[in-house]
Amino acid sequence: MAQIRKDNERETPALATSSLPDIIFMFLFFFMAVTTMKEVTFKVRVSPPMATEVTKLENKSLTRYIYVGKPTDEYKKAVGSETRIQLGDAFADVSELQEFIVNERSAMNENDQNLLTVSIKADKDTKMGIINDIKQSLRKAYALKIVYAATKRPDASDAE
Amino acid sequence: MGKKRKIGEINSSSMADIAFLLLIFFLVTTSMSTSTGLARRLPPPLTGPQTPPTDINKRNLFVVKVNSLNQLLVQGEIMNVSELRAKAKEFIKNENNDPHKPVREAVNIPLLGEMEITKDHVISLQNDVDTQYQAYIEVQNELVAAYNELRNELAKEKFGKAYNDLDEEHQKAIQDAYPQKISEAEPKNYGGAK
Repeated sequence: MAQIRKDNERETPALATSSLPDIIFMFLFFFMAVTTMKEVTFKVRVSPPMATEVTKLENKSLTRYIYVGKPTDEYKKAVGSETRIQLGDAFADVSELQEFIVNERSAMNENDQNLLTVSIKADKDTKMGIINDIKQSLRKAYALKIVYAATKRPDASDAE
Repeated sequence: MGKKRKIGEINSSSMADIAFLLLIFFLVTTSMSTSTGLARRLPPPLTGPQTPPTDINKRNLFVVKVNSLNQLLVQGEIMNVSELRAKAKEFIKNENNDPHKPVREAVNIPLLGEMEITKDHVISLQNDVDTQYQAYIEVQNELVAAYNELRNELAKEKFGKAYNDLDEEHQKAIQDAYPQKISEAEPKNYGGAK
């Protein structure tokens, strides 16, 4: 007994940090699994409307996004402060929408082409006029599966 | 001898730093938010000369109008958004076979058997150019909620389970009993030219 105690006093064991990388890696993999890469850099400010009955988007690779909102401050000088549409990384006009959808669709796998979903991410203060224009051009482009992007709002009347 | 006894460990203290760096990189470039939304199906585009809309029996039609001030007009009555869900449910279900509500028809649905449903009802949602998007989504949301509640009630009654817990086949049967029919009308300009 006395021998052991003497031994311990001589050398204080260093804190074992060898498992720290493993823990961090675990975190890393967790975040990689639950998050997604940013789709684009936003040039318009979008705060989606709230809804209670939202469903999750099933297949991200089959979804194309249309952003609708007011330009962010750095673009206000260039394009003004009116509500604009963003397709991919650039501002676009409603008239370009149909072509965009056709191009996106032809770039897709043939089996997936009719599964194309268009997610309309519009700011909650957007006027319906522009949304209607978008809907009409989507109809013309035969992109009939659409999703109105909305964030989940906890519902008090939801008993479950 | 003394040297041999202590085996030198690989210095792994920087490993944690590397892992941290990766972690921070991923935290910055990714976003946690999963896309959620209300899924809808648009009607196919009109081809050829515009034909007047097919005459739907008036009692089968539930008209919801949203004006530029985000006010609701439901079946000719001014209404609050919070009342819409109950009203829509009442309309879709038509429990008492009210002659002003949609026609009930007996339909044979697999797994559910013979059922009287209002299979020809249509909810028509009309909006103004200046309607706010949030108001529009709220109305859409209430209508979807009405359907979801009805389906849930039926699922509980027939199968003793919530709709979401049913398998695909049973869900399909419930969907047949309460088909979701929300029509987003062609854009119109109410109240004069702009």
